[in-house]
Amino acid sequence: MRRFWGLSAILLLAFPAYAQSPHQENIQIGLSTDSVAITAGFAGADLTIFGSLEDADPQVSRQGRYDVVVVLEGPARPVVVRRKDRVLGVWMNLESEQFENVPVSYSVATTRALQDITEPNSYKQLSLGSNNIYMQPADRSQNPFTIAEFTKALRESKTAIGLYSENVGGVRFLSQNLFRATVRLAPDVPVGTHKARAFLFKNGMFVKESSAQLEIRKSGFEQAIFRLAHNHGFAYGMLSIGLAIVTGWLGRIVFRRD
Amino acid sequence: MGIYLPIAEISVNVFVLLAMGAAVGFLSGLFGVGGGFLITPLLIFYNIPPAIAVATGANQVIASSFSGALSHMKRGTLDFKLGFVLLAGGIVGSTAGVYVFSVLRSLGQLDLFISLLYVALLGSVGGLMLFESVNALRATRSGAAPTLKKSGQHNWIHRLPLKMRFRTSKLFVSVIPVLALGAAIGFLSSIMGVGGGFIMVPALIYLLRVPTNVVVGTSLFQIIFTSGYTTLIHASTNYTVDIMLALLLMIGGVAGAQYGAKAGQKLRGEQLRALLALLVLAVAIRLAVDLFVTPPNLYSLSTPGLS
Repeated sequence: MRRFWGLSAILLLAFPAYAQSPHQENIQIGLSTDSVAITAGFAGADLTIFGSLEDADPQVSRQGRYDVVVVLEGPARPVVVRRKDRVLGVWMNLESEQFENVPVSYSVATTRALQDITEPNSYKQLSLGSNNIYMQPADRSQNPFTIAEFTKALRESKTAIGLYSENVGGVRFLSQNLFRATVRLAPDVPVGTHKARAFLFKNGMFVKESSAQLEIRKSGFEQAIFRLAHNHGFAYGMLSIGLAIVTGWLGRIVFRRD
Repeated sequence: MGIYLPIAEISVNVFVLLAMGAAVGFLSGLFGVGGGFLITPLLIFYNIPPAIAVATGANQVIASSFSGALSHMKRGTLDFKLGFVLLAGGIVGSTAGVYVFSVLRSLGQLDLFISLLYVALLGSVGGLMLFESVNALRATRSGAAPTLKKSGQHNWIHRLPLKMRFRTSKLFVSVIPVLALGAAIGFLSSIMGVGGGFIMVPALIYLLRVPTNVVVGTSLFQIIFTSGYTTLIHASTNYTVDIMLALLLMIGGVAGAQYGAKAGQKLRGEQLRALLALLVLAVAIRLAVDLFVTPPNLYSLSTPGLS
């Protein structure tokens, strides 16, 4: 009897809490490093981001009704999209459309397929997912159909070359509160400041967002070459020619066949 | 094995680039062409941005032509005097070409113009060479002595004033056509981003009647300087020379060039010309196909301000 009352007390205590004030979930992410250096051997990489849920509801957690979407977004740059058309049988670039502030890269990792987590509309409101980023045309007075066509082409091209990617199942819960996200860095990932953002969904509803910054830069040697090429172009050109002459001469000595 | 290119800002496979350099270097040593017209399309095909492919291709060409020219110098098949006269014309032509290049770029459609120029030049040069060399091969088979001089050794070119003697080439001609040829090739090469060997070789053979074996060495010698000039211009104005990419291509290229020069000795002049003609025609056809066949992706992305 006493046991019964004890159980009831717990139920009484727990039930109102579930009904009236749900858990105040919060999401946090942390990067093991705030900068990634690209060295000579870089051929793309997987970046691991750890994160935690605070004040998670154990019951929702057990049912797997928490979903996390992690996005690593590259720096924004202007892009020109050109379309080839046939003129007298020859394919040439005719129409083009310039977009401002297009993220160079956009990698998504999710717990489940995006369409299973929430409604397309909430993604739209959050501008979440490569299909929902707003691509701002430089000239907004143009025909909206043309703009839509070039926006679509831009997304498809970015996806085709791997700069926009989606890793379904890339976010895994390690425990009730701890998760790990794996986002793909393409071999031609742009250098600059990348923004990592994590979105928490509970029962298909958006709850909270958290973000962190990541600097991707070239390592010392690559950076030195890049700087030399840009700041001392003439000297760099002479160096390139000198290197070619020396290589040609050495090649003659090493590989001579007469 | 992957390597990250600091200027192109992408990661590429080392062995693919070494093999690419070696293949082009072999052809370069064999035919006396720098290989720029081969390496640049290959690099673009391998996803290197076109501007970087053009500039870095020019840099790579220096190494393989220097290496090839050294072999020819050793064998005495390099006419320095002829090379320097061609070069003098070439520098004037290149400077004019760089100017026209920037005008064309500001008008847009530079890529299309370059492609059309490639197809027209490679197609006509390759076609004419193939026609001539196949005839020569037939003549050899039927027993006649192979000669290029049948159409009259003294055409109008040989009647011009300011004659100069080029001993290595066994030639006594006016400097005017030599300078003009150098200038024309310098002009084309700075627009097309190539050394110009594939035009230089047939022009020296057919217009100036230089012996084929001397043509190869002299052409390579001349290319060292034109592509050096192109590299310097691109490096100081467009920052598009990727030294890592160039180094990988060069290492493959110089090895290939030595084997190519050796292989070239085993072939007769007309065979060499027929093979070069086929190669030039193949590239022309490849580029023409790209112009006329529906591309797999109609859309392309680029950064504004860069072509």
